[in-house]
Amino acid sequence: MIRFILRRILEAVPVMLIIITGTFFMQRFVPGGPFTAERAVTPEVQRNLDAYYHLSDPLWKQYVDYLRDLTPKAFHPSALEQGLDLKAAFGIDFRPSFKYPNRTVNEIIAEKLPVSLELGFFSLSVALVLGLTLGVFAAVKRNTWIDYLCSGIAMTGICVPTFVLGPLLVLSFAIHLHWFSASGWYVPADAVLPCLTLGSVYAAYIARLTRGGLLEVLGQDYIRTARAKGASEARIVFRHALRGGLLPVVSFLGPATAGILTGSFVIETIFQIPGLGREFVNSATNRDYTMVLGTVILYAALIIVMNLVVDVIQVWLNPKLKFE
Amino acid sequence: MIRRFAPAAALFALVFFPSGCARRNAPSAPAGAAPSRQVLRAGNGTEPQDLDPQAVTGVPEGRILTSLFEGLVDEDPRDLQPGPGLAESWDISPDGLVYTFHLRDRLRWSNGDPITADDFISSYRRMLTPAFAAPDAYKLYNYVVGADEYYHGGLADFSRVGFRAVDSRTLQVTLKSPTPFLLKLIASSYSWYAVPVKVIARYGSLDRKNTAWTRAGNLVGNGPFVLKEWRQNQIIAVERNPFYWDAANVKLDRIEFYATEDLAAEEHMFRAGQLDVTYMLPLAKIDVYRREHPDELHIDPWLGLYYYRCNVDRPPLNDKRVRRALALAIDRESLVKDVLRGGETPAYAVSNPSNAGYTPRAQLSGGVAEAKRLLAEAGYPGGRGLPPVEILYNTLESHRQIAETIQQMWLKNLGVAATLRNEEWKVYLDAERTGNYQIARAGWIADFADPHAFLENWVAGNGNNETHWSSPEYDRLFHAALTARTEADRYEDYQKMDAILVDECPVIPIYYYTRVYARSQRVKGWWANPRDEHPWKYVYLE
Repeated sequence: MIRFILRRILEAVPVMLIIITGTFFMQRFVPGGPFTAERAVTPEVQRNLDAYYHLSDPLWKQYVDYLRDLTPKAFHPSALEQGLDLKAAFGIDFRPSFKYPNRTVNEIIAEKLPVSLELGFFSLSVALVLGLTLGVFAAVKRNTWIDYLCSGIAMTGICVPTFVLGPLLVLSFAIHLHWFSASGWYVPADAVLPCLTLGSVYAAYIARLTRGGLLEVLGQDYIRTARAKGASEARIVFRHALRGGLLPVVSFLGPATAGILTGSFVIETIFQIPGLGREFVNSATNRDYTMVLGTVILYAALIIVMNLVVDVIQVWLNPKLKFE
Repeated sequence: MIRRFAPAAALFALVFFPSGCARRNAPSAPAGAAPSRQVLRAGNGTEPQDLDPQAVTGVPEGRILTSLFEGLVDEDPRDLQPGPGLAESWDISPDGLVYTFHLRDRLRWSNGDPITADDFISSYRRMLTPAFAAPDAYKLYNYVVGADEYYHGGLADFSRVGFRAVDSRTLQVTLKSPTPFLLKLIASSYSWYAVPVKVIARYGSLDRKNTAWTRAGNLVGNGPFVLKEWRQNQIIAVERNPFYWDAANVKLDRIEFYATEDLAAEEHMFRAGQLDVTYMLPLAKIDVYRREHPDELHIDPWLGLYYYRCNVDRPPLNDKRVRRALALAIDRESLVKDVLRGGETPAYAVSNPSNAGYTPRAQLSGGVAEAKRLLAEAGYPGGRGLPPVEILYNTLESHRQIAETIQQMWLKNLGVAATLRNEEWKVYLDAERTGNYQIARAGWIADFADPHAFLENWVAGNGNNETHWSSPEYDRLFHAALTARTEADRYEDYQKMDAILVDECPVIPIYYYTRVYARSQRVKGWWANPRDEHPWKYVYLE
């Protein structure tokens, strides 16, 4: 397994390099730059700004310089205990942001990523708890009113987009009932509405996948054998069927985690959460070159890691699969 | 099975490890703080780029900076006239070239250090240092003698730039040419603030923007409040500055500025009681507020113009008759009343009528009949034979609605079938800069309450012109106005400039902006004015 993981990590290096190169050059070919604003700056000011940010260097030189700053130069993982400072821990320097001149991209990531991860983690928990419960009930009580109810809820969850569900929840629980704040990220209770909103969409998918996976497994011979041997229904579902039934859910979790992390933009905007998803999307509209690169690199790395984790879990769950 | 899951769970936890150790702090002041403390919670639009007055240019920055710093001269929120700020008085030489500011006695920075005239000079020196690349440096070097040369590297000796400390409390500014609106400019522009250069130097080189001096705890200012807390894209909190010269008259204890870039979310916060005043209000909510919360809805006139600029290099817009016809064929009353609904004023001239006692006399007149006649005269009767016309706008619901409405009006009134082109913000700006457009939507908010702040845009070579239009007579009047003997003479020149713009129509004025926002009735000491300036020292809660 160690060899499998190491090989995957080595394979990730060229992938990252392609992503970095592609992003670096593509954003430069997009019209407009970080200092394009409604109010024109004078040509002299523009020249000085370009010099300040080394934008007047030839593009290849900027690329080489950037790669040099980016290459890990140190290994002090213990520095991560003080905060997510990738520069202190690994010598990875994402440089200052263009949009926020007195902040570095490292610093913004260190501040915002934990918020997005927290949001993503709780949303995923909501999604798993809700989705698995609904899915298991629907599968076990197949074609009864319970199944129809659970499937109906799941279907609704898929159909209602987050930008509708979010404001609806705010309207009911913040403005009318005053149970929660309408937006913000200050006290733990502030996480309830956004995590419910973000989690419910994924819960819906998980419920449908669980139901489908479980139904397939419940029809198999070894389940009939278990039943014939007098195993209780709960034992059959949780001990024998669920492991195989969860396979589709697990393969969905890889992209879902990536989706929750990068797709939290809408939720972070609706609820004014200071997460990285907002920075990720806004950096593109701001042409904040360093921020675009920093977030793309980070998310690419996260997605690669998540897919690896999912592959490892799948082999655990399914003895037919092997590390290769 | 649980045991088999454990390593996976551990891996999962590892990936999410930071979430475990990053507990968010409780807010320093919970929403709805104790009534004894005066805490104002204000929506601030977007997150400020920085709080260094010399490194930023935007409006969201300005709202916070006015709480942390004060200018030499300050604007009266009631009539926008420049009045004493850090300077208690000033003299202007008879030729209008030398301004001598007398600083108040015993002025102090928020760390207790005295403020002297030298602080202003070292601040302006930093602002004009080419390597620092201050985006608004032109607000100094356009006016002050020698500053231009210093900024462009032709002059190395800053003592030859027109700033001089006569003594510790007297600052003298020498101008290149008479600038009748200089006081208004200084009162409204944070580029003219003094910054604590000695403090800044402690955090790094003076010509670097990425130093930590603007962080909470480090930032030293000279305004009514000091920075207490700054959580990016969340909250910026300021509290009373005990060293402020007029601290006794500051009423609020604390102001919390919230980054509220999503208008709908901001409105939710207001209704949930988390905000006392919003930055803006979504268009769709205006009618609801009119009906249900009329006392909280505020629609203030604003010194801004929404207009279409014509690229006069592109046929058929190279013909002023076509431009005028297009300008006349827009039913602005209907546009404002039926589409926008935010109390905007139809614009028939470029200069804003609520502008420091100046109202443009020349107005677009003649209506559709005149428009048809002009188009026929230009050789396109009923729009026949007219080369295609395209309207460029950036992505925003209201820009699309306005463009579609105008497209319909041109089709119905003139037989002109315009096409629409929608671009993302920076692509749209780039198209305007490079002249890759025919007609483009544009907006302008005046920097200070003076017709100059609108009319300077269409002088040849101005970076904000972008129409490729110019007129020697217009440019002559512009320079004549600067040396006019009296305010009345100066305004007379502006009248002629407005008349030229209405006649030639390089731009098609559409409507004058309004500021639409929600404000709790508890908020007092807040005056509606066309600059949307609400000095925090006067504001209080009831």
